[in-house]
Amino acid sequence: MGISIEVNVNGEKRHSEVDARLLLVHYLRDTLGLTGTHVGCDTSNCGACTVLVDGKAVKSCTMLAVQANGAEVKTIEGMAENGELHPLQSSFKEAHGLQCGFCTPGMIMTAANLLERNSNPSEEEIRHALEGNFCRCTGYHNIVKAIQLAAQQLT
Amino acid sequence: MIPSSFAYHKPSTVDEAIQMLQDAGEDAKLLAGGHSLIPAMKLRMNSPSALIDLRGISGLRYIRQEGNAIAIGAASTHHDIIDSNLVQSHLAMMVQAGSQIGDIQVRNMGTIGGSIAHADPAADWPACLIAADASIEMKGPNGTRTVAAEDFFLGLYYTALEEGEIITEVKIPIPAPGTKSSYVKFHQPASRFAIVGCAVMMKSSGGTCQSIRVGFTGVSDMAFRDTDLEDAIRGKELSAANVEAASQVAAAGKDILGDHFASTDYRLHLARVFAARAIHAAS
Repeated sequence: MGISIEVNVNGEKRHSEVDARLLLVHYLRDTLGLTGTHVGCDTSNCGACTVLVDGKAVKSCTMLAVQANGAEVKTIEGMAENGELHPLQSSFKEAHGLQCGFCTPGMIMTAANLLERNSNPSEEEIRHALEGNFCRCTGYHNIVKAIQLAAQQLT
Repeated sequence: MIPSSFAYHKPSTVDEAIQMLQDAGEDAKLLAGGHSLIPAMKLRMNSPSALIDLRGISGLRYIRQEGNAIAIGAASTHHDIIDSNLVQSHLAMMVQAGSQIGDIQVRNMGTIGGSIAHADPAADWPACLIAADASIEMKGPNGTRTVAAEDFFLGLYYTALEEGEIITEVKIPIPAPGTKSSYVKFHQPASRFAIVGCAVMMKSSGGTCQSIRVGFTGVSDMAFRDTDLEDAIRGKELSAANVEAASQVAAAGKDILGDHFASTDYRLHLARVFAARAIHAAS
């Protein structure tokens, strides 16, 4: 039995009929084809699936697509504007914040929420903010540097 | 991992939600932030026949002063609470506890009503609400009633909430001038849940404890008020030696949890250590 939802995803209104049990991450990846949002642990721990829902970082493996009805969702695909990488994206490249890259979309979306709340975070504040995002390459050091670099560029 | 199928309802008022809960039958569940329920559904540890999504009820998400109390709507997220100027001004321990719940993503979705209804024995809010002498308001088919936080938590994932009722509000008295509060916690390293969490609300004068309320979480199968510990320090000078001595009665007589993260002995030891830290932090 499908439930009709309307979600604004990366600035575009999407209408879909979804099963109530469909998770937001599967809606984004499988229904809309936005595969930049990754499924990591699938148990609400690793943060690879983090997207912004009404501007707030949320683990999309722990939210139902129907809960996003009427919301604005932003994924990694919506960060670049007019072909220009978002400062967080270019900073991850500059500061070597990617190793295998699997955790990167989630890291960037959480960092976007952090910088929205705190435009000039300390190293400690950045590390605290990334508690819910795991990098199994253990590349946290350059991830923190990338977020610091982006913070400088955004102010 | 995919939850099993369920019917989905989204009421816009509490009364509508109560009606839907009655109509949907006993296997229906209320969905607040979903950060305990959805993982459990994905693991098929819980397979409700229907979910009643409370996020559409705008009248449940507020933090405001009502007389001499702070009223927190049950659907307020952990972030709403730690960001509230009112909470920051009066209830330091709520800010300390809220900012240690899970991570940013969890705090953006999880709600205080959902947390206390779930009553995880290691959740942070219950210890604070007990120490703060909060009351919990519930609404059901038979009307509204209020239960003191210290009488609300009855066992493992078991509360005073009756079938068909919805938590609508948490009310916390504004502490008297000169009262300080603190929440300290020993984290489970992965989940960030409390292995031991201790909340203290204390009024001291001239370095002597005048009045105190202590709430513990993580230590036993439910959050509890520790009146033995309160009695051991009330009226005493808050010297390191006195606090150390009083903290030895922490969690006395309780059935202490033991698991592969912390044995019973170690957990009891942590309860004493964190009791002392929380008392010092509220001095």
